[in-house]
Amino acid sequence: MRVRSGGAVLALLVILLVAIPLALPAAHVGGGRFRGTDGKAVDVIVRMRPDYKPWFHSLWSPPSAEVESLLFAIEAAGGAGLVGYALGFARGRTRLQEQERRHVPH
Amino acid sequence: MHIMEGFLPAEHAAGWTLAAAPFVIRSARAVKRKMEAHPQAKLLLGLAGAFVFLLSALKLPSVTGSSSHPTGIGLGAILFGPEVMTLLGAMVLLFQALLLAHGGLTTLGANAFAMAIVGPWAAWGVYRLSRWSGASLAVSTFLASALGDLATYITTSIELALAFPDPAGGFPGAVLKFTGVFAVTQIPLAVSEGLLTVLVMNQIVMYNRDELQDLAFLSDEA
Repeated sequence: MRVRSGGAVLALLVILLVAIPLALPAAHVGGGRFRGTDGKAVDVIVRMRPDYKPWFHSLWSPPSAEVESLLFAIEAAGGAGLVGYALGFARGRTRLQEQERRHVPH
Repeated sequence: MHIMEGFLPAEHAAGWTLAAAPFVIRSARAVKRKMEAHPQAKLLLGLAGAFVFLLSALKLPSVTGSSSHPTGIGLGAILFGPEVMTLLGAMVLLFQALLLAHGGLTTLGANAFAMAIVGPWAAWGVYRLSRWSGASLAVSTFLASALGDLATYITTSIELALAFPDPAGGFPGAVLKFTGVFAVTQIPLAVSEGLLTVLVMNQIVMYNRDELQDLAFLSDEA
């Protein structure tokens, strides 16, 4: 029980860490548009070296933000699914072993 | 930490690819060896890989007004050692380069060096050091995964600064500019990654005792 509530506290802290930037007034969080850092790094390059042209382009790009978010959701869901399966499998197996130990006549 | 496709000059792209390749090959051998020696830990290795897929797909807002993602590398580096995570991290980066246009094939070497080589070795080093100095499993796991995450983003900043030195400030000036983009944003995200890794590690320690003993992971505390 102690460990389980510890997990809840950890999860709550993560939710707070994500929620606080979103809840702050935009002026306090650099305009608050929450663009990706990958794109911002490209901005820095373009400002320092306006002559630099990327010499290779992605073979395929998601055609829209919706398709991109679909693919990210699939990646996250697949990862979360396997994490949950592995944790649940180990937990159920441990429970079964404990039950068997209790029921075996001595 | 994704350097976008084509955004490293060709010689840098080639250099990082050459630097990363031997690590990836060694990692593939390490994964095979690990699985042959510890067949019952397969599901746990799957979990470590899935954790990287999950966390690197989560783009989280940060207090700087930018979004970025954790890496999930620390968990597997702690459980299986840093070598094993290079292959798993590189696979995730390849997936994102091909299907999500995040990162790229020409920048795969540099990105793998940051996330799949420096990240796991830093996490593993911090973990060993932290355990050696007497810190608990939870504290060591937190520090290792959070600092491993930060190390990845600092490496990306250095890679970019080497390719694009600042016209005024040179290489150090460019490091400052790129860490300004990546590292500061990453601090709260690294904390999130640390907390999530501890959350999963607690479950693993409770319910995967046999596998952990087989991997000699719990030998120093059991």
